[in-house]
Amino acid sequence: MFKVEYNRPFNIELLKFTVVMHPFTTLTGLVAPLDRVNVDTDQIIPKQFLKTIERTGLREGLFLDWRHKKDGTPDQELFLNQPRYQGATILLTRDNFGCGSSREHAPWALLDQGFRCLIAPSFADIFYNNCFLNGILPVVLKAEEVQALFQSVRAREGYQLTVDLAPQTVTTPEGTRYSFDVDPFRKDCLLKGLDSIGLSLHHEPAIAAYENRRKAEAPWLFPDL
Amino acid sequence: MAAKTMFDKIWESHVVREEPDGTTLLYIDRHLVHEVTSPQAFEGLKLAERRPRRPGATLAVPDHNVPTTDRRFGIADPVSAKQVKTLEQNCKHFGIAFFGMNDVRQGIVHVIGPEQGFTLPGMTIVCGDSHTSTHGAFGALAFGIGTSEVEHVLATQCLLQNRPKTMQVRVEGTLSRHCSAKDIILAIIGKIGTAGGTGHVIEYTGGAIRALTMEGRMTLCNMSIEGGARAGMVAPDTHTFLYLKDRPLAPKGELFERAVRAWKQLTTDSGAKFDQVVDLRADEIAPQVTWGTSPGMVTGVNGKVPDPREMPDEKSRKAAEHALEYMALTPGTPMTKIKLDRVFIGSCTNSRIEDLRLAAQYAKGKKVAPSVHAMVVPGSGLVKQQAEQEGLDQIFKEAGFEWREAGCSMCLAMNADVLQPGERCASTSNRNFEGRQGKGGRTHLVSPPMAVAAAVEGHFVDIRHWG
Repeated sequence: MFKVEYNRPFNIELLKFTVVMHPFTTLTGLVAPLDRVNVDTDQIIPKQFLKTIERTGLREGLFLDWRHKKDGTPDQELFLNQPRYQGATILLTRDNFGCGSSREHAPWALLDQGFRCLIAPSFADIFYNNCFLNGILPVVLKAEEVQALFQSVRAREGYQLTVDLAPQTVTTPEGTRYSFDVDPFRKDCLLKGLDSIGLSLHHEPAIAAYENRRKAEAPWLFPDL
Repeated sequence: MAAKTMFDKIWESHVVREEPDGTTLLYIDRHLVHEVTSPQAFEGLKLAERRPRRPGATLAVPDHNVPTTDRRFGIADPVSAKQVKTLEQNCKHFGIAFFGMNDVRQGIVHVIGPEQGFTLPGMTIVCGDSHTSTHGAFGALAFGIGTSEVEHVLATQCLLQNRPKTMQVRVEGTLSRHCSAKDIILAIIGKIGTAGGTGHVIEYTGGAIRALTMEGRMTLCNMSIEGGARAGMVAPDTHTFLYLKDRPLAPKGELFERAVRAWKQLTTDSGAKFDQVVDLRADEIAPQVTWGTSPGMVTGVNGKVPDPREMPDEKSRKAAEHALEYMALTPGTPMTKIKLDRVFIGSCTNSRIEDLRLAAQYAKGKKVAPSVHAMVVPGSGLVKQQAEQEGLDQIFKEAGFEWREAGCSMCLAMNADVLQPGERCASTSNRNFEGRQGKGGRTHLVSPPMAVAAAVEGHFVDIRHWG
C-alpha cells in the first residue's frame, strides 16, 4: 500500500541531544498522601479526558471521580480537597500505583497538578516508565518506610521531604535518610532532561545494520503495508 | 548452549544495542496505533521535524471513540470526532495504513492485528494500549506503551527497555465443559494478584493452555496486564499456523513454510529456567465472577461476596471495604443472588468470532430478562460480517440482545455506550475499576456464556447447572 524508504537521508541536526523535559535533580516539597492500594490510571484520570489531543490542562481531571461524595459535597478524605496539601509536589501513596491502562494522560495530569515525585512501595510497569519520560521521578521505598512517612505526613501540617536523585535519597525533616534504586540509564536521562528519541536516533547506524541483518534472516518481517 | 525460554529467544533476536546498565535498544517489528494515545506522539514528531522510520510497519485504526450504532452520520460527540479525524489526518500525512470507521476491516486494534495476519510469531509488537499483551497468544513479545514511547517507536522503530523477568504459569488438567479461557485468566489473577506479574513476562504453558484455540489464547494473554505483567505469551503450534495461513498480511507460499520452520524453533527449551513458576489445575476452576473493583477481586460463581474482616491483612481489608461500598454488596451474599441491569458482550478480551459463537450457543431460544438491557458488540467489522453469515446476529436479536457495530464500546465507555450511576453490569471485558464503564457503574467480569446466562436470568447463575 505504502512504500517505505529505507536508508532515507539522515538529518544531522537530529543527532543533537535536545533537552525536552525538565531535568530532575533535587526537590524539596510538600507531601500529599493518597492512602489507597492499586490506584489505577482510570482513577488518576477518567476516560472523558482521554479525548484531548493535547498534553496539558489535565489537572481538572485528576482524581475527578474521588473529589465528591455521593451527596455532591467535597470528599475531605482526598488530599486535593484539603487546604493543607495545596501546592504539594510529592505524592505519597501505596502499592501498585498506576496499574491498568497505559494512558500517559495519568502522568500528564499529575505533572499538570504540580507533582514531580511520587513515592510508593511499588508502581505498575507502564506507568513507572511513563513517569521517567515526563520528568517525574517515581521512588520505590520499602512498605514500612512508606508507612512511617504516612504517619509523619498526617501528624505534621506542612510536612516536606527532600528528594535527591544523584545520591538516590529521600530525606525527612527529622534527618532520616531513605535510599532508593533507579536504573543508571534512566537516572542519567532524568538528571539531564535528555530526549530519549534523540538518544536513540544517535544509534541510527546500528538500527540500519540490524534491519539489514534481519531482512536476510527473517524476510517475512519486512514486506511493509 | 544454555537452555532458553521463548521470551529469551525473542528478546535476544531483537537487541540492537545495550547500554552498560543493560538498558536495551529493542527493535520493534510491528506497531499498532489508535486515536486515543497517538495524537500527542504525532504532534511531537512534527514539532521535532521527524518522520516515521518505517511507516509500513504501522497499522492504525480508530476504536475507542467510534459509535456502535448507525455510523452514516459520523460521530455525534465533536471531541471524539476530532480525535478520530486527527488520527486519519496524521496517517495521511505520514503515510501510515489506516482502516477508517466505515471500512469493514475496522475494529478493536487487538482484534484486527491477528485477524489481518499483521501479528506473527516471534515478533515484537507494541501499541499505546495496555491490552497489547493479547498478541502474545501467537508467541510474540507484545506489550503496551505510553504516548512518548509511541513517538519513540514511530521515529526509531525501536524502544529503550529493561529486560523483564520471566514467569511461567502452568495450567494442567482439563477445563470444565462450560468454562473458558476467561475463567482461566481470572483464576490466575485471583491467585497471583493484580501486581503478581509486575516486572515479568508470563509464558502460559500446560495441557489446558495447549488445548485452547487461538481465540482462547488471545483472551488469556489479553488480561496478563490485569495480573501486572506487561506481556503474556503462548508458544506457537499447529493451532497458530493454521490460524495464520492465508491471512491477508501473513507471508504466503514458500515464505510461509520458511517462517513456520523458524516459528517452531521459538518454543522454550527443556530445562530453561523461569524466575517464577505458578501452577493451577484447570479442573479446579469454576466459572469466575469478580465482586470488587480490581480484577483480582474474583471468586467462583458458587462462592460468596467475601467478608473484609476475614482478609489476611489491613491493606486487603481496607481495599475490600472500599470495593464493597462502591459495588453496594453485602459480605456473605451468594454470587448467584446478585442482580444485573446491563450485560455487555464485547471488548478486546471477548469479542472474536468464537466468543460470539459460544455466546450464541447459550442464547439460542432464550430471552433476555425484562429488567436487563443486553448488547453484543463484535470486535471488528469482519467478525460482525462472519457472525451475520452464520446467523448469530439473528439468535442474539431474537433473544433480545442489541446487535452493534464494532469497537471498544462499553469496555471503557469513551463512546456513547455508558453505564448510568448505580447500574450493575455483567461484562465480558477486562477491567472492573471504579467508573470504568461509566461513573458510578458497577462491573462484574465474566466469560461470554456467564454473561448470556446472567442476561437471561437477571442474576448470575452457575452455567454448569443451567438450562
